[in-house]
Amino acid sequence: MATLKSLDDLRKLREQVQGEITERFGGEVKIIVGMGTCGIAAGARDVMTAILQELRTRNIQAAITQTGCVGMCEREPLIDIVRPGEERITYGRVTPVDAKRLVAEHVVHGRVVEDLVVARFEE
Amino acid sequence: MEELSLHILDLVQNSLGAGAGCIEIVIEENTDRDLFLVEIHDDGKGMSREFVERVLNPFTTTRTTRRVGLGLSLLEMATRQCNGGIEIDSELGRGTKVRAVFQHSHWDRAPLGNIKATLITIISANPLVRLVYRHRVNNRSFSLDTEEVITVLGDIPLNHMAVLDWLENYLSQELNELYGGG
Repeated sequence: MATLKSLDDLRKLREQVQGEITERFGGEVKIIVGMGTCGIAAGARDVMTAILQELRTRNIQAAITQTGCVGMCEREPLIDIVRPGEERITYGRVTPVDAKRLVAEHVVHGRVVEDLVVARFEE
Repeated sequence: MEELSLHILDLVQNSLGAGAGCIEIVIEENTDRDLFLVEIHDDGKGMSREFVERVLNPFTTTRTTRRVGLGLSLLEMATRQCNGGIEIDSELGRGTKVRAVFQHSHWDRAPLGNIKATLITIISANPLVRLVYRHRVNNRSFSLDTEEVITVLGDIPLNHMAVLDWLENYLSQELNELYGGG
């Protein structure tokens, strides 16, 4: 019966969420997490969990995607953040604590966290 | 990898890389038969017979950035250490099935670990991929099909933060019951 109750909760949640406006920052921020074998072995799942927690705490809707190995295994876990209309920043050796900082600084305020940057790309 | 759930996350990345639209994860823990079984099925592009034969070699990869691949060979090594092994069944254009078997009670068998974090990671990053999860622990079982959740949600995306919150609670509760918790 737990399942039925949970589905009821889900229906209620749907009604609540439908009224909300989730659009922010003139479009969604993109967050890309490296999930190749190298990323996972370096702790990418914990970093992803920390990002999701921080986004939930701050009630931010972002588009999170995962990618495979990009050839910088020694710098994993790698996280890319792209704010709409801004350059793509790749952060390396990100810990769960860093991940919260990246959300607070870069995602929310657009301030690049320089000490963790490993690459920048024009989108 | 310290947890089987990390191997699962790794294999799912292979399935996503193969363009899968539907991924099924099956876990079976059977203490009577002393077996711990993990299966991943996907409908991705599949592998040729020749590639399957080579795929357990760590020097095999589809990657172009580097010439060494490790995911499946690491999993195979983990199963071998626990009196098990892996089987790969794949067909070009149809998809791939990977089945990994471990001796449940083996000293070296890694714990399943945080499977909830693995599932939430996959779902939050791939809301358009259908994920089917089936988990059996002896005579108890739990299953989740994201398509059923999507049906209830209508036009709200699966990776909406409020939905992920719900999912987190739901999985905690169901996994707890699966292991006999109150």
